[in-house]
Amino acid sequence: MKKILMATAATVAFAGMANAQESISIGVILGFTGPLESLAPGMAMGAEMAIAEVSDSGLLLDGTTVSAVRGDSTCIDSSAANAAAERLITSDGVSGIVGADCSGVTTSILTNVALPNGMVMISPSATSPALSTIEDNGLFFRTAPSDARQGVVMSEIIMGRGIDTVAVTYTNNDYGLGLADSFQAAFTEMGGTVTLVAAHEDGRADYSAEVGALASAGGDALVVAGYVDQGGSGIVQAALDTGAFDTFVFPDGMVSQALVDNFGADIDGSFGQNPGTDSEGAGLYQAMATEAGYDGTSPFSAEAYDAAALILLAMQAAGSTTPADYAAEVMNVANAPGEQILPGDLARGLELIAAGEDVDYVGASAVELIGAGESAGNYREIEIDGGSLIVVGFR
Amino acid sequence: MDLLNALVTLLNFVIIPATAYGAQLALGALGVTLIYGILRFSNFAHGDTMAFGTMVVILCTWALQGAGITLGPLPTALLALPIGIAVTGLLVVGTDKMVYRFYRRQKAKPVIYVIASLGVMFILNGIVRFIIGVDDQRFADGERFIISAGTFRDMTGLEEGLAFRTSQGLTIVVALIAMALLFWFLNRTRTGKSMRAFSDNEDLALLSGINPERVVMITWLIVAALATTAGVLYGLDKSFKPFTYFQLLLPIFASAIVGGLGNPVGAILGGFLIAFSEVGVTYAFRKVVAYILPESMEPSGLLQLLSTDYKFAVSFGILLIVLLFKPTGIMKGKSV
Repeated sequence: MKKILMATAATVAFAGMANAQESISIGVILGFTGPLESLAPGMAMGAEMAIAEVSDSGLLLDGTTVSAVRGDSTCIDSSAANAAAERLITSDGVSGIVGADCSGVTTSILTNVALPNGMVMISPSATSPALSTIEDNGLFFRTAPSDARQGVVMSEIIMGRGIDTVAVTYTNNDYGLGLADSFQAAFTEMGGTVTLVAAHEDGRADYSAEVGALASAGGDALVVAGYVDQGGSGIVQAALDTGAFDTFVFPDGMVSQALVDNFGADIDGSFGQNPGTDSEGAGLYQAMATEAGYDGTSPFSAEAYDAAALILLAMQAAGSTTPADYAAEVMNVANAPGEQILPGDLARGLELIAAGEDVDYVGASAVELIGAGESAGNYREIEIDGGSLIVVGFR
Repeated sequence: MDLLNALVTLLNFVIIPATAYGAQLALGALGVTLIYGILRFSNFAHGDTMAFGTMVVILCTWALQGAGITLGPLPTALLALPIGIAVTGLLVVGTDKMVYRFYRRQKAKPVIYVIASLGVMFILNGIVRFIIGVDDQRFADGERFIISAGTFRDMTGLEEGLAFRTSQGLTIVVALIAMALLFWFLNRTRTGKSMRAFSDNEDLALLSGINPERVVMITWLIVAALATTAGVLYGLDKSFKPFTYFQLLLPIFASAIVGGLGNPVGAILGGFLIAFSEVGVTYAFRKVVAYILPESMEPSGLLQLLSTDYKFAVSFGILLIVLLFKPTGIMKGKSV
């Protein structure tokens, strides 16, 4: 009996390996429902475009085909996100995960699902500073920069506009708190004054009490470190209604088309930043996205493309689709030295690696992985003028 | 000038929002208190009855807007309100016939009614989410402000702005009208008097020939009207989301109990008391005090008693204090 069992197990294992040579899948776990649901489609399209590009080229590990499997991280519900990730790994048998999106669920999936299963995760948008120091056994990377960096960039932008006193409100979770902390530290260091840092809960009907406290503390502008589909918009609405603030600073969770759809010209003169570059790759990617029928400028869409591309290039470099083998290659393919690889150029990257040459994946978001495997960070500064989002510069 | 600024700040952030919120709570608490007075149980489904009524109004509002019918500067929802009240009336009378009448015939204990109403609450909860979804719905249209903060600043030259939204003004006016109508009905009409008699002493009322089923039905209809109105006003003023209506249950019950369950005047007092405490306790008074006191004495702290996260704790706290020291509430209602 024991022998039969072992034989069966061995057959299954071999079958699995043989299968992996021909067709693998990559999990794309994003918040298709929840507070970031308006951003998730653009991100998923980005990741899936990179996967399709590699699969169609037929160059990955002697013609292995790759498909994408979606999972819903919900952005806020850790147990639902864990279950979705568990399903991707055990039932769909994915070889790598692009995701998750929000910092809280990313941390949860990483510690509860990815580490025990030895799965590689590359998040396109989790920006909490806590993820820089989390124990990840070298399995976790992100193509988004840490908010520690965003805090510094945001401070520079605000100072650059001659504003030195601000009030800060953040959504009460890992993302909001991390960003608020890093911003406060950076801003005070540059000589600015933060009058009040107050949390707000998502999903309330009314934020006038929160805005009342912020207005009492005062400040020339209000930094809203929240989500545009959630409390962040509620705060802005209440602040506009009561006339408490009329200049707002929007970090990445707030910068989206929905923001100007909600408020239009009422928030003219407000500004903010979200990850993005004006590099050659960004332009190429946007053109590809437009051709594929979606908006490539949508926040974190380019980062998602890069996350998927990095996983596949690392597989090629390691000559294996097993996470334990290719995890160590992610940093190598992402950074110099080597031939620079741009979006749409993945086939050439695969060829070069197969020929034993070094590549430096630049991609759509000018990827440069630093520290424990996170993007060094490029931000675009946006401004709201005449009821539309305008990109005014890059930092 | 500084005193005026302080007053305007207080009006803008405490008095106006709290008055509007208080009026919404008072309307909700009136519904709860009427059910308690006449059917003698705490109706936990009240928050979701409000959500249901509001949902019907929102759907009608969208239909009206689609047909190009609006009320000019006023929200279209006012036009849809009577339809909402009618549909909600049908719903609550239907639930009474299907659920509560059975227990009335059994002469069930009040706690059994409460549990039955909990069941009704969950079902209504599901129906509302199923039909309109769980997300925020905005249905306010028309003029947004009576006075906006910017206009006020330009008009008066004061440093502080005063915003008075149409929805806030409307809430106060509609709530006053509804309350006046209710008290006229209870005190002046034959049906109203029979309702009060039934609430005072059921057996005596039955002996004098009052038809209990009729009293109960009329009570439900009035409650439907109050709940729908309260729900629509809250939705216009803030936003409609099924979950927040469910959460409203706590401050509404707190208002009704603080005022004295079964006592309509108490419900109104309780509504305003809870609203003013919630807003006042969580408001940071620093700016107001800074205007009044000379510059040298300007406070360094925020002068905020409780962080805004604890808003719900305020209603709970008041509820506890009242139940401990005056279980029948301020206006001497029935004890719980």
